[in-house]
Amino acid sequence: MKLITANFLTCAVKGCKASPASFPLHFRDAELELQELDFQPDFIRNIVPRIDWHALQIMANELGFPKILDKKPEGDELKDEQILKELHRLLLETHINEGKLTCGNCGHEYLIKEGIANFLLPSHLV
Amino acid sequence: MLPTPCTSHVSFDTIYEPSEDSYLFLDTLASPSESAWLTQRFNATSSSPNQSTASPLVVELGTGSGVVLGFVAANSQVIFGRRDILPLGIDVNRNACIATRETANKAIKERQTDNESEANCQKTVYLSSVMADLGSSLRPGSVDVLMFNPPYVPSEDLPRLPSVTEQDVDESGMSRSAKFERDSYFLSLTYAGGRDGMETTDRLLEEIPGLLAPGRGVAYVLFCAQNRPQEVKERIRAWGDGWQAATVGNSGQQAGWEKLVIVRIWKETA
Repeated sequence: MKLITANFLTCAVKGCKASPASFPLHFRDAELELQELDFQPDFIRNIVPRIDWHALQIMANELGFPKILDKKPEGDELKDEQILKELHRLLLETHINEGKLTCGNCGHEYLIKEGIANFLLPSHLV
Repeated sequence: MLPTPCTSHVSFDTIYEPSEDSYLFLDTLASPSESAWLTQRFNATSSSPNQSTASPLVVELGTGSGVVLGFVAANSQVIFGRRDILPLGIDVNRNACIATRETANKAIKERQTDNESEANCQKTVYLSSVMADLGSSLRPGSVDVLMFNPPYVPSEDLPRLPSVTEQDVDESGMSRSAKFERDSYFLSLTYAGGRDGMETTDRLLEEIPGLLAPGRGVAYVLFCAQNRPQEVKERIRAWGDGWQAATVGNSGQQAGWEKLVIVRIWKETA
């Protein structure tokens, strides 16, 4: 599972949707793998507007990556190849193969196995 | 005609084998009229630095073999006029999630080669497959394009959803009859739609306004004649607030009682 995926995921429990604590989900015990991919600067430039920057900061920190920019890059920063390359590595080349995603609101844990996160819920939470 | 993604790596024990409905999805999205509509909606060359240049998140629910999502990913230039779409596949079946990941990656590799003569040498990147019930795991308002080929066949009972852990068990120790039962159950999830074949689709329709991205989100849902698509479209228009529903693809008469249509659902902003 590419790290960018977590930018679009939230807790599957209905009651958590309205809570700000349900996003981002928090990675635990994550086993990471770097899978190289062609660097496409234009591609990253169009992805940046989709990213919740605060959430990405939290996720990068939890996964032990060096600190990312304080603010979402804009203007000339989006022409800075170094910035784009770091984002390319973090968002597209970083895979989470095993681990958990946990909800900051209800504490529910979603298991990641073979790169597939399982968001099916036990019957008492449906 | 654009090639159908290869699914030779997929075991159809628990996964729906690409059929007429899947192909109708491919043909509809790749049709000149629908591609033109999508390309205009997701125009990547917009000169104003607004939201419309942002990569569209393209989600398929119930991917099965991944033939539809793989096709859309591999042919993103034809369908959306851009390659930087973000395809995400969701299915309740773990095998389908794994199969879709492979189908999509293979199809992209096959169709998007390092051809210098091509105007666009970008490559689409398949994000991930996720196990979930419909759109339950997705952030509200995040989906730009939603595709759903539902379990639409009317059935007496609606099969239950898989439990969280039942797909973690090792199949190799299973008896032949236990495996048969399990495979039949997973296949029933791919087609059995309960009352009018609409029980799962109705749940999805309820989710649509919350899932689609404000301003540019659009959903494509397949119906068979017994789902009474005309009534469904009326119901969607009755949501008000600019919601639209239009038939944008159909399988013609030759399919007999299982005449299929694809309905586009979107919101017209004033």
